[in-house]
Amino acid sequence: MALDDTKKVKDFKVVGTRPNRPDGIDKVTGRARFGADMVAPGMLTGRILRSPHAHARILRIDTSKAEALPGVKAVVTRADFGDVPDHVADVIDNCMAGDKALYDGHAVAAIAATSAAVARKALKLIEVEYEVLPHVTDVDAAMRPGAPVLHEGAQQETVPEGYSGNVISRVEFGHGDIEAGLAKADRVVERTYRTGATHQGYIEPHACLATMSADGQGDLWVCTQGHYMVRNVCAAILGLEQGQLRVTASEIGGGFGGKTVVFLEPVALMLAKKSGRPVKMVMSRSEVLRATGPTASTSIDVRIGMKKDGRITAAFAELRYQGGAYPGSPVDMGSMSAFAPYDLENVKTVGWDVVTNRPKAAAYRAPGAPMAAFAVESAIDELAKGFGLDPLAVRLMNGAKEGTRASYGPTYPAIGLMATLEAAHTHPHWTAPLGENQGRGVACGFWFNFGGDTCVSLNVTPDGTVTVSEGNPDIGGSRASMTMMAAEELGIPYDQVRTIIADTGSLGQNEVTDGSRVTFAVGLATIEAARAAKREMCRRAAMIWGIDEEAVEWEDGAARPAGPNAGKFPPMTIKEIAAVASNTGGPIAGHHEVTAEGAGVSFGTHMVDVEVDPDTGATKILRYTVFQDAGRAVHPAYVEGQFQGGAVQGIGWALNEEYIYGEDGILQNAGFLDYRIPVASDLPMIDTVILEIPNPGHPYGVRGVGETPIVPPLAAVANAVSAAAGVRMTQLPMSPPRVLAAIQAAKG
Amino acid sequence: MSRIHVTTKINGDETEFLCDAEATLLDVLRDELGLTGTKEGCGTGDCGACSVTVDGRLVCSCLMLGAEAEGREIATIEGMAAGEVLHPLQQKFIEMAALQCGICTPGILVAAKSLLERNPDPSEEEVRYWLAGNLCRCTGYDKIIRAVMETAADMRRAS
Amino acid sequence: MVKVVLWGSLAESADGQREVAVEAATLRELLDGLGETFPGLRAELERGVSVSIDGRVYNDNWFTPIQPDSEVVLLKRLKGG
Repeated sequence: MALDDTKKVKDFKVVGTRPNRPDGIDKVTGRARFGADMVAPGMLTGRILRSPHAHARILRIDTSKAEALPGVKAVVTRADFGDVPDHVADVIDNCMAGDKALYDGHAVAAIAATSAAVARKALKLIEVEYEVLPHVTDVDAAMRPGAPVLHEGAQQETVPEGYSGNVISRVEFGHGDIEAGLAKADRVVERTYRTGATHQGYIEPHACLATMSADGQGDLWVCTQGHYMVRNVCAAILGLEQGQLRVTASEIGGGFGGKTVVFLEPVALMLAKKSGRPVKMVMSRSEVLRATGPTASTSIDVRIGMKKDGRITAAFAELRYQGGAYPGSPVDMGSMSAFAPYDLENVKTVGWDVVTNRPKAAAYRAPGAPMAAFAVESAIDELAKGFGLDPLAVRLMNGAKEGTRASYGPTYPAIGLMATLEAAHTHPHWTAPLGENQGRGVACGFWFNFGGDTCVSLNVTPDGTVTVSEGNPDIGGSRASMTMMAAEELGIPYDQVRTIIADTGSLGQNEVTDGSRVTFAVGLATIEAARAAKREMCRRAAMIWGIDEEAVEWEDGAARPAGPNAGKFPPMTIKEIAAVASNTGGPIAGHHEVTAEGAGVSFGTHMVDVEVDPDTGATKILRYTVFQDAGRAVHPAYVEGQFQGGAVQGIGWALNEEYIYGEDGILQNAGFLDYRIPVASDLPMIDTVILEIPNPGHPYGVRGVGETPIVPPLAAVANAVSAAAGVRMTQLPMSPPRVLAAIQAAKG
Repeated sequence: MSRIHVTTKINGDETEFLCDAEATLLDVLRDELGLTGTKEGCGTGDCGACSVTVDGRLVCSCLMLGAEAEGREIATIEGMAAGEVLHPLQQKFIEMAALQCGICTPGILVAAKSLLERNPDPSEEEVRYWLAGNLCRCTGYDKIIRAVMETAADMRRAS
Repeated sequence: MVKVVLWGSLAESADGQREVAVEAATLRELLDGLGETFPGLRAELERGVSVSIDGRVYNDNWFTPIQPDSEVVLLKRLKGG
């Protein structure tokens, strides 16, 4: 579906305004129902027993004492699930350990009981005999021959001989000749960068409420980014027909990629099946940190060569990502995105996917890209500053534009990177004075953006108002955006449309709310559904007027005779057409089902000022500005919100957040006190500049905006801290002790 | 184990409940009284999603026992609007897009209301430090801080 | 014939060629043709790939048309958050 012609694009009446969101009042009054807010008559409380070891063989599980405790209605272990299809084998193994517990916090058994107190007591009665095995949590250590191996036989054919079995795959991208390019450089920077594992940190813990009948029908209420995914995965694991399992998405209290997979859901369904009662499960915060999320920790080598005028002659990166206990770290995405903002003759990335004794990594906002950008943008900054060049000018000189061959292969269509760089270069922030111990950093970031399977059903009610049903949980205001696009297309006011998130029984398959896809793909389907409804309403008007339907057009919420020969009829509004729908053929609706394509890649540039306290190593963010291409900002306030939220998550990643494991392989900071995400007093206002370079793949030019904002901040903050501290920081987080040590080491 | 009988006032209504000795006020609000607007994000007093006021003082309801509510006056998010009329903070949060997912919103609103009752003219820094105990992962706080500041200005003008 | 650009390490599974040609008018014919001509690619194709056709990225939409002069690039299957 292509961008509409320019004239029409200019005439937006609703798109681009800032109406109140339809779920606003529910969310400010406490009425909105999130995952843990649902109850069912007779429901039981489900709880999970978790491994206290980083790596252990499970020799025996004896649940008999727990089962004998009054009030315990079901106990589940892996044995209850039997064999499952290959594509969900790792999924169930992560939800409930099989032969081995692979990380601290790995689920080994579950209980459903009449109260939380009974469930807690029962967990203590489950006897698990472990054979503790050697473990490994560091990515570089896990790659070495001789490291404890998690899975025998999991290595792909892409890995050369001589690596530990923990190395799952190797991938390589790029073009040109790196060594020849480096030989032309006036200077080559070669460094190793490291990033800690961070958690998505959504404030709402995972929660669900499951019912399962003996006839194979199930119902699930769950906080998730994709209830259709939950249905499909749970059905495969439990051997159910997808059509018999109805999943309803609750309001979702944040996800950021961490709720694109299942953790509790198959277990809750199994407990419900065995007990014959509804079962509610809610994770504690420590369970969330120990057993869900996080993202990969990484170790990245970069070599970049530059001429003294700033031209990059060659760029190479080798990326090692550990993705926890199962294959599938986001290293592929990191390897493809690392140099995506640049127009390079010689470029190459090599990526290694590595497993360790940590929780399986889940997607986290532009998965894999922020760490790669941290390494690459740090090296480019160092080169630019080494030559005394303006780091933005260097990026403008080397930046990708329409016609550039991307480092990952394709040729770019119209993209917005240059617009963000130019906006940054002319922004007052760039030339504002800095004080002592202060530094400024910039960095660019890229994300792919997705489309995918999408269904929208739009119904015209008898009074001519409109309901839109879509299948993607509203994680940050998307119901408002869909309502706006439907109103725009139909030519009716925003408050005449209401959008709901439909359950899995109401629409066809919908891809998860991920890849910044919803405003793009669901928006596209909403517009098409509205167009289908308009065509039908034009047809009804034509019948009523007794003219050809081709002689009717839709404008400003009404059917009108088109052209001089159509006849003179006053416009017939949506309300008038809806009122007589039963007399003209029946109810009026439009729907659209599509695998949306043409999402359009996204770029951003971030600029940040920091002050580093030379005595403590503590960093204060002083000023922050985000420049990003939104294609078309449907609801600019929520676009700004995505920019601001992504930037602050990146600031947390850069300065504070990190999974800390002890020698024993146990997570040492499984709570918000020690896993410290940014708080209000850590931050300034986050300024935003929205650029609009229309995406040719969407009728209104919309581009996904949600993920790109977390890509540049790691590097932007690192470049600023390095400037302020006078020493190049190459490891995240840049916690005060680490910065202080670097300052002192530089002083000698 | 016998349960404890508690008489308290919640959002102005006389309320009685029975609770286990170890039940937190948050457990009682959510599981006994159906007041699920108060959220649990951590259970350890670190995230502020369960913020309520007790005799006018802002507390994390996950850090207080239900039995301690005896004879107190509790205010939760459910008591913030007067029927159909939203509190100015609630209205401003919607208008200024100061929420994305909305899970932290009840706690932040309760905390912000408590601030404005003490200090009708807070500086940006005072708002940021007052709300430092309320975690939000979606917004980066920018629009939240602006909404609180602007509400304070509106309320000063109105009074 | 359609020219298909393979990523670096994938070329090793296609007799070292970074660019291969297959007879295909649709995405399905392209993926089938690649697997038939270069059996070494099958493992990666079975794990799933994304395909950029003239700058647009597709996953499994079989009947997506491909012109003889289209720019076709294989990508690792895209995953988002």
